[in-house]
Amino acid sequence: MPEEINLEIFNADPITEDLANQTTEAAGKLHAPLDAAAESQADLSAEMKAIGEAYARALKDGAPAEIQPRLDYGPYRSSVLRHPTKSLHHADPETIELYSPAFGHMDVHALESDLTIAHNGEPLGERIIVSGRVLDGDGRPVAGQLVEIWQANSAGRYIHKRDQHPAPIDPNFTGVGRCITGPDGTYSFTTIKPGAYPWKNHLNAWRPAHIHFSLFGSEFTQRIITQMYFPGDQLFPLDPIYQSIVDQDARDRLVASYNHEQTKPEWAMAYNWDIVLTGSKRTWTENEALGAGGDENE
Amino acid sequence: MNRSAMSKLTPTPGQTVGPFFGYALPYAKDRELLPPGSPGSIRLQGTVYDGAGHPIPDAILEIWQADADGNVAHETGSLVRDGYTFTGFGRTAVGNTGTFTFTTVNPGPTEAGAAPFIAVAVFARGLMNRLFTRVYLPEDEAALSQDRLLGSLDAERRRTLIARRDPDGGLSWDIRLQGEGETVFLDFSDAEGPST
Repeated sequence: MPEEINLEIFNADPITEDLANQTTEAAGKLHAPLDAAAESQADLSAEMKAIGEAYARALKDGAPAEIQPRLDYGPYRSSVLRHPTKSLHHADPETIELYSPAFGHMDVHALESDLTIAHNGEPLGERIIVSGRVLDGDGRPVAGQLVEIWQANSAGRYIHKRDQHPAPIDPNFTGVGRCITGPDGTYSFTTIKPGAYPWKNHLNAWRPAHIHFSLFGSEFTQRIITQMYFPGDQLFPLDPIYQSIVDQDARDRLVASYNHEQTKPEWAMAYNWDIVLTGSKRTWTENEALGAGGDENE
Repeated sequence: MNRSAMSKLTPTPGQTVGPFFGYALPYAKDRELLPPGSPGSIRLQGTVYDGAGHPIPDAILEIWQADADGNVAHETGSLVRDGYTFTGFGRTAVGNTGTFTFTTVNPGPTEAGAAPFIAVAVFARGLMNRLFTRVYLPEDEAALSQDRLLGSLDAERRRTLIARRDPDGGLSWDIRLQGEGETVFLDFSDAEGPST
């Protein structure tokens, strides 16, 4: 069964091409000289600090707390031409937006939640279990819905042709997982703790270790893609993507907690992370179509 | 009803999809809500542009829509298409030139007199959080003129949400994240928070 899943993952869009290209494509560029014109971490940190201080002043003057990242966040350079300059237009969700696509066991095999068994051998790195609940704004479980994750391997390398970080690819780790939430909104993945990795936002830019999460709710308006981080990462203050959420309480919502109770002796350390979607008041009865209202195998 | 009044938990913030989703989010037939060439199928195509008017090669889009009769699908099977079941959901990473293509149907009106539209979510490297928008079918002008969202926009902005009908029966619709002709992106949140 793991082999079957493996094939499916590898047949999905560009991965075959990625694998074929990455050795040759990366080889020529790996040791390119550092760009002397690149901005320093100190430049970026000063910008982030100024934005943070301005936000703190605004809060003090009674501005509401910001709970989402800023779309216009200059320190993440790639956002400069990619954020709308007009305010988002307020709209009440209508018809189709009040529903969500349905996913079920036809879509996702139970074994896809274990990222360590997709190949013949054990991947390298720290084996971990990441679990939690998907909830709506009322604290109600989002049952029978799709959760997708992807991540770098333990050395900080993605299986993607654009990733040219000269860290080893692990032939036993793809770094893609899926599951369907259980009746109580729970999800659980077994994976490998991802490594931090460098990127080219500025000179000596490193991303804190993270796992990308993609989630659906009971309304399309709840659709979210985000990143889960690990507690105590020293890179948090230096990272423009994490810092694009200017509010500390809001940023903290992306950080998992270590759970020793759920850690499995001689096997894997456990992290917990609950995800709250934007408030929905609809009861999603459609997932009854799944028969079980969720994935009891999770 | 005030949707915020009952909310007790603060939502988890979004983050950018980043550059490395290409081996994770795309899947076989992700952009084919029904097989290309099947009866009633149309092409929805366009390009995603940045604020300099350059195509964005690393965006990924999702659409969610009613079927041709205006019914909302409750069927699973979007990730493993059987070729017959219309699930209403599609996803596609844009190509190197920022272009995208979905094979779908013209959504029907979900209520008598409603202007049919397709809901769209936009993700990209450099885009800090997903954006929501809509693409409306161009034909039913009476319905379009009655539409609440379109009615709240000036003519220039309204245009960004209405597709063009191609000679082959398909729909063309571009997404401009910033600048001239910037697409109208939607905020479904309540007054409580600044942006979603």
